[in-house]
Amino acid sequence: MEVISFVALAAGLIIGLGAVGACIGIGIMGSKYLESAARQPELMNELQTKMFLLAGLIDAAFIIGTGIALWFATANPFLAQIANLPK
Amino acid sequence: MAAEAAEGAAHAPTAGEYIIHHLTHLQNHKQTSVVDFSVINLDSVFFTVVVGVLGCWLLWLAARKATSGPPGRLQAAVEILVEMVDNQAKGIVHNAQSRKLVVPLALTVYIWVILLNAMDFLPVDALPWFGEHVLGLEHLRVVPTADLSITMALSISVLLLCLFYNVKIKGAGGWAHELFSAPFGDKWFLYPVNFLMQIIEFIAKTVSHGMRLFGNMYAGELIFMLIALMGGAFALSATGITLFVGHIVAGTVWAIFHLLIVWLQAFVFMMLTLVYLGQAHDSH
Repeated sequence: MEVISFVALAAGLIIGLGAVGACIGIGIMGSKYLESAARQPELMNELQTKMFLLAGLIDAAFIIGTGIALWFATANPFLAQIANLPK
Repeated sequence: MAAEAAEGAAHAPTAGEYIIHHLTHLQNHKQTSVVDFSVINLDSVFFTVVVGVLGCWLLWLAARKATSGPPGRLQAAVEILVEMVDNQAKGIVHNAQSRKLVVPLALTVYIWVILLNAMDFLPVDALPWFGEHVLGLEHLRVVPTADLSITMALSISVLLLCLFYNVKIKGAGGWAHELFSAPFGDKWFLYPVNFLMQIIEFIAKTVSHGMRLFGNMYAGELIFMLIALMGGAFALSATGITLFVGHIVAGTVWAIFHLLIVWLQAFVFMMLTLVYLGQAHDSH
């Protein structure tokens, strides 16, 4: 029972903390892009390409964490470990 | 009797069982330890090969009828694609001789990963249902890039190419010197630190390259499955019809968002391939 409750808490923390980091990061990057697009509109398209690239990189750790947390939440491997413990 | 009971249970899997069933690969035999290289995910390999052949065939169709006069739509689309990849590569890999290999490599990776990721747009149960009831396969996972083996295979191939280009461009001695003297400086007492940092950098780049694609596709697929579960559960509760409507809304929103993710992750994978191969050309 405790394993299940701790895993549920862990899944929530993984997704939540990852989201905080990723969203703040993309927010900062997006605001810099908008500022620089306003200063130099001729560079807008080039910078947009690079911005998408960075968005993909920033999202990486967060989405890996979300995948792992959802895996724990649905097909919990720790329960299997408990079942395999020697009695 | 046991078969009938199992049949009865098979008609109404629990939420956990449904998810676990959809997350299991079609393998040649069961995994016996945490790292077991004799296990092959047959469904991932099959779909990777089929999708790769399909992609090559599409591009070949465009190349076969290529004219220097006004292009048709397929030729124009392929030209736009090739030009985009070529422009990105020109900015990153500065060696024209290497670009003869690197640009087709980047284009292949881009098209292949987009098509593999796009397998996620098929309904979650569609191909597994066909596989189970028509072909008798008990598990089927149709998105190869949601399989860590496929994405790490792609990123390890890029790593091997980086090592090859490092030796080819800088020479074995030159590269060995760089391994020990970058990034901190060419002092004898810094050699172990530099070497450790370089090894960590290679490992981190390769692992993150593969895991980024895997994590995005795995999470996307899992969320599609959970949304499908939400739709399937509508018959089980009084608030059921809201679950059904919710599942349609959530499914639509997530599918539209996933359109962006599919393209973005393929693009990021291609750009990082170019960046890592470009790093193998630059000297510090």
